[in-house]
Amino acid sequence: MFDYVAAFVVGGVICFIGQMLMDVGKLSPTHTLSTLVVGGALLDGFHLYDRLIDFAGAGATVPITSFGHSLVHGAMSEGDRYGFFGIGMGVFEVTSVGISSTILFSFLVAIFFKPKG
Amino acid sequence: MERRGKQTWHFHNPVYIQGAGTAVGPEEAKGPLGDRFDVCYDNLYAGEDNWELAERRLMKDAVETALKQAEKKSEEIDYFFAGDLLNQIVTSNYYAREIDVPYFGLFSACATVMEGLALASLLVDTKAAQLVLTAVSSHNATAERQFRYPTEFGGQRPDSSTFTVTGAGAIVIGTKQTGIKITDATIGKVKDFGIKQPFDMGSAMAPAAADTIVTHLNETKRDQSYYDVIVTGDLSRVGSGILRKLVQEKGITLERYEDCGVMIYHQEQPVFAGGSGAACPAVVTFGHLLKEMKSGRIKRMLVVATGALLSPLMIQQKESIPCIAHAVSFEREE
Repeated sequence: MFDYVAAFVVGGVICFIGQMLMDVGKLSPTHTLSTLVVGGALLDGFHLYDRLIDFAGAGATVPITSFGHSLVHGAMSEGDRYGFFGIGMGVFEVTSVGISSTILFSFLVAIFFKPKG
Repeated sequence: MERRGKQTWHFHNPVYIQGAGTAVGPEEAKGPLGDRFDVCYDNLYAGEDNWELAERRLMKDAVETALKQAEKKSEEIDYFFAGDLLNQIVTSNYYAREIDVPYFGLFSACATVMEGLALASLLVDTKAAQLVLTAVSSHNATAERQFRYPTEFGGQRPDSSTFTVTGAGAIVIGTKQTGIKITDATIGKVKDFGIKQPFDMGSAMAPAAADTIVTHLNETKRDQSYYDVIVTGDLSRVGSGILRKLVQEKGITLERYEDCGVMIYHQEQPVFAGGSGAACPAVVTFGHLLKEMKSGRIKRMLVVATGALLSPLMIQQKESIPCIAHAVSFEREE
């Protein structure tokens, strides 16, 4: 039960920050998204995001901040293995599933549906 | 034509409305003025393959209805004034390609309709033309994509944002007596109070509307009671309140005042602060207000079309939104 509460609260807080960036900070949706991704990446740089995932599970993995975390994660692990060029190789290692499925599903949706307005 | 003050033209020679036509999309047809429009579509595509073509179809429907009401053919029209919101005013340019009439393409965003009508009236008054057609259009999906976000993007909108009217309005003016004439036009100046938010165009446009209304009343030496109603184009619920305050600072308390953006939708429709777009003042004026004049419920009115001269590129470069308002007065002959 505690897992659910933790996921709800942490996920909710991340979304709340995003909404505040848009409503109060007057950021555009794209700026908001980028800010959250960079925020997740920074937190992972200090090894804090993994702790957040241990604590809140999906509450931390579902919001877009986890994308930043995955980018840094991939870069660090490949960097360990292959040195400087590994960073470039690793950036999309963990995130490639998410990116390619986004491209695939957008393509399928564009084929089968027509926007209504 | 007699020039009154610096910005107002008073037309001495007869400039009469020969015919008007409107075409709208689904949300407008569901609104309180739904039965006032000539052609209504229940779908944003209006039977076409894409939204740009749909917008062109709306303009064509509006023009054809206006010509039919005026009992004229397009060959009899001397000049065609048109404008819309899309880059390079493509709806107007491509429609002008179809009708083979000398053409002026205009852009004053949502104030285009009164800019066109003022210029058209000047041509008729000065006998440079006998019959002039003016048309404008806007489409929710084409405009939202160009000025804010594509609707498929699903971006959140604040309550101050307006909803672009899908529709087109057209009007034919000439010298033949018909009962409703155009008497004055006040050409607005560009005003910019530093608003940078494309989601709050009502607030951005209110200063331009206030300036044009006050200038019109001063230059014509009229009191606001001269008009049965003063109507603004698309200030919406947010901008209308600001306009009242700005005009009050000049010592005028607006009494009989309406806004087309508020009139066109029910409050419970999903349109945020109200309607906007070049078609908004056009379809409300040509579809609803002119019918009110014909039936005698309105005898004199001043329509102040307001335009936010918004460019997405300039917004990205942190520029604010310059705005303009043009006013045209209509009178019923007893």
